[in-house]
Amino acid sequence: MEKLLEAKEIRKTFYKGKIPFTAVDGVSFSMERGECLGLVGESGCGKSTIARILTRLIEPDAGSVLLHGREVLQLKGKEKRMLYHEVQMVFQTPQDSFDPRRSLGDGIMESLRNRGMNRAKAKERLYELLDMVELDREFASRYPHEVSGGQCQRAAIARALAPGPRLIICDEATSALDVTVQAQILKLLQKLQREQGMSLLLICHDLALVQLLCDQVLVMYKGRIEERGAPDEVICRPQKEYTRILVNSVF
Amino acid sequence: MMETPTITLREQKVVRDRTKWKMIFLGALALAVLFVAAFAPFLTPYDPYAQDLAIALQPPDAAHLLGTDRYGRDMLSRVIMGSRSTIFAALLLVMVITVVGGMVGIICGWYGGKLDAFLMRVSDIFLAFPGMVFAIAVASVMSGGILNAVVALACISWSKYARIARSQVLAIKSAPYMAAAKLSGSGTGKMIWKHIVPNIAGPVVVTAVLDIGTMIMEIAGLSFLGLGATPPTAEWGSMMSNGRSMLQTSPWVVLSPGCAIFLTVMIFNLAGDTVRDVLDPRQQKR
Repeated sequence: MEKLLEAKEIRKTFYKGKIPFTAVDGVSFSMERGECLGLVGESGCGKSTIARILTRLIEPDAGSVLLHGREVLQLKGKEKRMLYHEVQMVFQTPQDSFDPRRSLGDGIMESLRNRGMNRAKAKERLYELLDMVELDREFASRYPHEVSGGQCQRAAIARALAPGPRLIICDEATSALDVTVQAQILKLLQKLQREQGMSLLLICHDLALVQLLCDQVLVMYKGRIEERGAPDEVICRPQKEYTRILVNSVF
Repeated sequence: MMETPTITLREQKVVRDRTKWKMIFLGALALAVLFVAAFAPFLTPYDPYAQDLAIALQPPDAAHLLGTDRYGRDMLSRVIMGSRSTIFAALLLVMVITVVGGMVGIICGWYGGKLDAFLMRVSDIFLAFPGMVFAIAVASVMSGGILNAVVALACISWSKYARIARSQVLAIKSAPYMAAAKLSGSGTGKMIWKHIVPNIAGPVVVTAVLDIGTMIMEIAGLSFLGLGATPPTAEWGSMMSNGRSMLQTSPWVVLSPGCAIFLTVMIFNLAGDTVRDVLDPRQQKR
């Protein structure tokens, strides 16, 4: 298998006033092409920080991220914006991830327009994307407050798919939705991942969900990776004390 | 103990309908005032600058509805003509401070850091200074003229807009949709123009509309002190100033421009209140 992403020794410390808080403390992992990797852990363990570092929304203090063997953290200006053709993200709160003053269609087309695609072409692609996420075409002209959470999250997935990325990071993409909608969104993600041959980094705190979808799982605790393995392995035969606690608290 | 008022859907609809009609009524009045200002030269019954000492200081009658001033100029024509300088100066002023203050606020909120700290301290100085005193100082240094009055008032009024814009930018800067826009490959310019500006426009515009009335008063005030429009230009503030010695003998010379200021400011303030109710229903008074 081809290596898609390699993160090495990532460190990030936040300061609340003068008190330091190390959110990510030397995290290394790699992802293969077409892989679905789960990242689990309690809230505050640094999962979202990792997602934000991989997408360059925040800068780490140390470490390196290689995408196809190319250093991501050094990219600047236009090259940095090109990174977003390869890596996309789906956020936790669907409604807040769309500009309240712009229609869903505008949001989905934004990346296409930014790549210089003309309006007619972008619209064509928009309809393709809406079909892919099984949304009616009329949703293009709706505003985020006019649709349900599940519909909005589908639109967010369409937006993430728009540039044709190799990796989509889902940062708790289903935790704001109710259970039945969660299942639909997850099925959709799984289907798309297989169809498009892309990789998924699924950040969540729900072990059952990870077991259902992921090829591999990373367990994170206090900014460190505790354990990595196939979900069944990790859940049935946890090696570390923290993983045991996490598993026992759910099952 | 405060009791939580329970509002039925019907009451809500009544409130909304009332707001709508208020908006239409006051909007029409404001437009009428603007119309008078825009077409002033065509609406005056007499030449506002033609002097005729034979009919000086005549009380209101059928020929001169608002009387004449001490040079025999028709007051109604002068009030109509004066709307032009006063209202347009106020609108220009509000536009300038909205754009300049808004831009400063967006830059501060977006970039933060030392630039933000510096610009905000500058705005603190302007906010702490008594505005009118500073405007009088600036206007007297730059000598009279209505444009200089606008500049003087702009110097002291932009900081409020910078504050509002900055706080709004800070509130939405970390919203997920801003991150999503970044992930869509939008650069700083596009992020500000397409996502920040539309989302902060509401509160800024409401403040601007509410400020039109205040600015009319301040411009008229500077002119009253002889620091705005220079005679013989018809301007409400300077017209009141010219007539103030005759308040007891010929009150119409002071009262007509005074009432014009009063009515215009009231219309714009009430219209501004209604605009706020429409754009931001949460602040609506019950």
